[in-house]
Amino acid sequence: MKKENEKERLRRFLREMLLIRRFEEKSAELYSAMKIRGFLHLYIGEEAVAVGVMEALTPEDAVVATYREHGQALARGMSPNAIMAEMYGKQEGCSRGRGGSMHLFDAATRFYGGNAIVGGGMPLSLGLAQADKMQGKARVTCCFFGDGAVAEGEFHESMNLASLWKLPVLFICENNLYAMGTAIRYTQAVQDLASKGAGYGVQSSSVDGMDVEAVEDAARKAAEYVRQGNGPYFLECRTYRFRPHSMFDTELYRGKDEVEEWKKRDPISLLSQRLKDEGLFSDQEMASMERDVAGEIEAAVAFAEAGTWEPVQDLTRFVYSEKRAS
Amino acid sequence: MGEFYMPSLGADMEAGTLVEWLVKPGKRVKRGDIVATVETQKGLFEIEIFEEGLIGEPLVQTGEKVPVGTVLAMVHAEGAQVTPVEVAPKAAKTPIAETTAEQLPRAKPPSAAAPPPFSVPSGRVASSPSARALAAELGVDLGAIHGTGPHGAIQRSDVELAARATSQEAPAHKEPAPSGTLQEGMRQAIAAAMSRSNREIPHYYLEMDIDMSRPLRWLETENLKRPIRERILPAVLLLKAVATALGDVPELNGFWIDNRLQVSPEAHIGFAIALRNGGLITPAIHNVDRLTLAELMTAMGELIERTRAGRLRSSEMSDATITMTNLGDLGVKTVFGVIYPPQVALVAFGRIMERPWAENGMLAVRRCVTATLAADHRATDGHRGSQFLEALGRYLQNPEKL
Amino acid sequence: MSEQDTRRATTYREAMREAIREALLNDERVFLMGEDVGHYGGCYAVSKGLLAEFGPERIRDTPLSESAFVGAGIGAALGGMRPIVEIMTINFSLLAIDQILNNAATILHMSGGQFNVPLVIRMATGAGRQLAAQHAHSLEGWYAHIPGLRVVSPATLEDARGMLATALREPDPVIIFEHNTLYNLEGTLPENAGPVDIDSARVRRTGSDLTIITYSASLFKSLEAAESLAREGIEAEVIDLRSLRPLDDATYLASIAKTHRALIVDEGWRSGSIAAEISARIMEQGFYDLDLPVMRLCSAEVPIPYARHMEEAALPQVASIIAAAKRMVAHG
Repeated sequence: MKKENEKERLRRFLREMLLIRRFEEKSAELYSAMKIRGFLHLYIGEEAVAVGVMEALTPEDAVVATYREHGQALARGMSPNAIMAEMYGKQEGCSRGRGGSMHLFDAATRFYGGNAIVGGGMPLSLGLAQADKMQGKARVTCCFFGDGAVAEGEFHESMNLASLWKLPVLFICENNLYAMGTAIRYTQAVQDLASKGAGYGVQSSSVDGMDVEAVEDAARKAAEYVRQGNGPYFLECRTYRFRPHSMFDTELYRGKDEVEEWKKRDPISLLSQRLKDEGLFSDQEMASMERDVAGEIEAAVAFAEAGTWEPVQDLTRFVYSEKRAS
Repeated sequence: MGEFYMPSLGADMEAGTLVEWLVKPGKRVKRGDIVATVETQKGLFEIEIFEEGLIGEPLVQTGEKVPVGTVLAMVHAEGAQVTPVEVAPKAAKTPIAETTAEQLPRAKPPSAAAPPPFSVPSGRVASSPSARALAAELGVDLGAIHGTGPHGAIQRSDVELAARATSQEAPAHKEPAPSGTLQEGMRQAIAAAMSRSNREIPHYYLEMDIDMSRPLRWLETENLKRPIRERILPAVLLLKAVATALGDVPELNGFWIDNRLQVSPEAHIGFAIALRNGGLITPAIHNVDRLTLAELMTAMGELIERTRAGRLRSSEMSDATITMTNLGDLGVKTVFGVIYPPQVALVAFGRIMERPWAENGMLAVRRCVTATLAADHRATDGHRGSQFLEALGRYLQNPEKL
Repeated sequence: MSEQDTRRATTYREAMREAIREALLNDERVFLMGEDVGHYGGCYAVSKGLLAEFGPERIRDTPLSESAFVGAGIGAALGGMRPIVEIMTINFSLLAIDQILNNAATILHMSGGQFNVPLVIRMATGAGRQLAAQHAHSLEGWYAHIPGLRVVSPATLEDARGMLATALREPDPVIIFEHNTLYNLEGTLPENAGPVDIDSARVRRTGSDLTIITYSASLFKSLEAAESLAREGIEAEVIDLRSLRPLDDATYLASIAKTHRALIVDEGWRSGSIAAEISARIMEQGFYDLDLPVMRLCSAEVPIPYARHMEEAALPQVASIIAAAKRMVAHG
């Protein structure tokens, strides 16, 4: 790994978060224009979590994410072109246009979705970790889920089983305080989610999800713990989504002032301000970075626009495998 | 110049109502600014704009509900003259996604499984597909077969039996099935009889409408108690009623021979049966007055079957003491029949159908049938004829006693 | 006598155990995971002795967490292993049906062909032991409804012995349904009994008067009924479906072309059953061969009762199969 200095590293974090931010904003625009259809769940506000956590993973590790996974996909290194084309439904998309926004998959980066059933990805992560352990591979499976998933039976079953079998799973809970439109105080008897790990004998901690450096630090230590073969780790990232749950959500469940309050801790602003304060980043550099990101996104949109539709004759392909596996 | 349009906010959002403009025309707007509020089935949304520039005059008024994609206002580049642009009201911006969707390659529809290349004979004969195939193969007429399958359907074994039967020599005492020459012969016989009838018998005609509501209701209830194969047809009711009414007016039941009426002690009612190859036969059902409705149904069915199979007994051909014609199936209302000599009467029924019926100064719709009596004026007169019809109608109103 | 001819006495249970054992020996990626498969020896004693032989890494007892361990099986398959997940019974599989449908059956498609799930799930199914409503389901039809899955139902010893190996070689998920009353089934198998195909139906008894189409425990009831019918001059052809998804239409259609009568015996409830599906297919593809309507003999549309006589009345039985066959042949 090429040694980069602190400034470069932080600027990389900033760019990655900015890419996610602008990508999501563009997605919102394209959804309004009906280029993207179905459901769209934006990651705006939560960028620090994806970027910070991905930093702690190696390319050999596996990632299981939720339906709000654009941030994770981009931070993992999936191509914005492939993601945008996927959301357009084009066959050049990462899932051949079969999945859409909620089902981004990528074998090259070991990105196992894109899971639309809340809590549905947790059991999968157990198995991936189990396979690694049984095959003697020192890999980590990173499983993202939200505060809503903590209520599902799968959370209980998965935490217990992961702990029991000492599976190398890094559980990342993105607690953005709302399960769709229901605030956590209405869904959890014990709102301190990190405290739940103790009940399963799972090492747990909590981190400020708006501070990318804090997230990265916590995630790195957690991943290291898991990689050493100590069993699973449960890291709660306290974050906030600035946008509604999905596009078609009037946010009747929360006040604008709450959102404004959290926006003061916008992860991108926090980092860029810190960099500027320390003289590590100028306005011109920011503008340049913005342009650069804008170019990348424009290219992604152009790629998607130019994409082609999968032939309808192929409809029944990929229900069963076409090559016989050994 | 850009457009600010009604955005799609959800998979099931089709339209939105503009509630409030949050910026005035001419105001400078940039990406992400909230410029309007829109009402949808989900509630109130604040809509952001993705264009930069000066927002133009509203093209949609507050309170208007417009489809997704409708241009709400134009956005002009700064410095440009803001002139009112002629935009068709409620012009929906056709999303490219939609248009392209129409251009999606269409899959070829799956080809329907080709049916076997034989023609299935038409007609209301219930028969299994396999039986039909076999019948076509063996050249057997399905109409001539009696089915023993579920609900009387014709099955393979029935077809096989029929194929064997037609290949054997028909026993002497049975009437041969109508062939081409026989059909001709039959026509001639009918012609002769009808001519004679018209020549010799002074016919008089009486007609009466009978309200069939009660008998049919009774029959429907009765039939619910019976398995399908034993259900009784209305024609059977009519037959029995005729036989019973003859008890009141026996002079209609008999023959005019040697210049005088010979009343028959038995009521063998000739029942007109149309043959599939054309032609009409009126074999007699013996002693109708002594049979129960169920027995009559069986006898009638069995008679029809044997008639069509060409297996009538000669006694059946010659013993009718009166004839009944039921043309109900064909839809005629009234039948003006011709008496078969030497009989002296012919009772005929048209179709049982719904008609307006006046009673007690009120109008109702009832199922009715028109019964006609064609009678030989040498044997009876209108008075007796009327009494017969009256009795007929009366007996029909008490079907349980038939 | 050559080795091929040597047959030894065995049971369905033992045949399945042998199959698992052989799979574990042949491929180190294979492991068995489920409730009570290890220390208890398996709810139906199928995996008895395997823990001692293969150790806890490969014979894994799981907590009562169907969703988690079935999902883990899917994940492990994604991760390069060849898991055999045992769900104790089809009744408990309902707790994992989200993982089975939304993940196992669907990931290949959703990922545009990138990730296949080579997972085998085994489940016990069916009624007949007075275990009452919640432990007596025959929901194979629900699974046979789902694209992306393969569903098989081994009824004979040969199939119990041979289907697992073939299933483990499939790149896509296979669910194997073992009727709970078949585990004690006795018979013989050749010493070198090997893999069998999992795609085709088999004619288990030839006949010319009617075709009985069935699967699982009902196969044996149908064969017994056929013996009885033969004594009365009615020769029934009995077809064992073996694969419920995909269905081997060709085999039963060929039979019906010969006999012209079809009776489907299915332990599921009638409405929306596998029998309904087969009936529709016969109508679509074999209509002109039929001499009378297809008949279905299924479980009565009631939750399976506890009392023995009631349970018997609810399920297809030898007597009701005989009666149905006679009714069909009686006409003409």
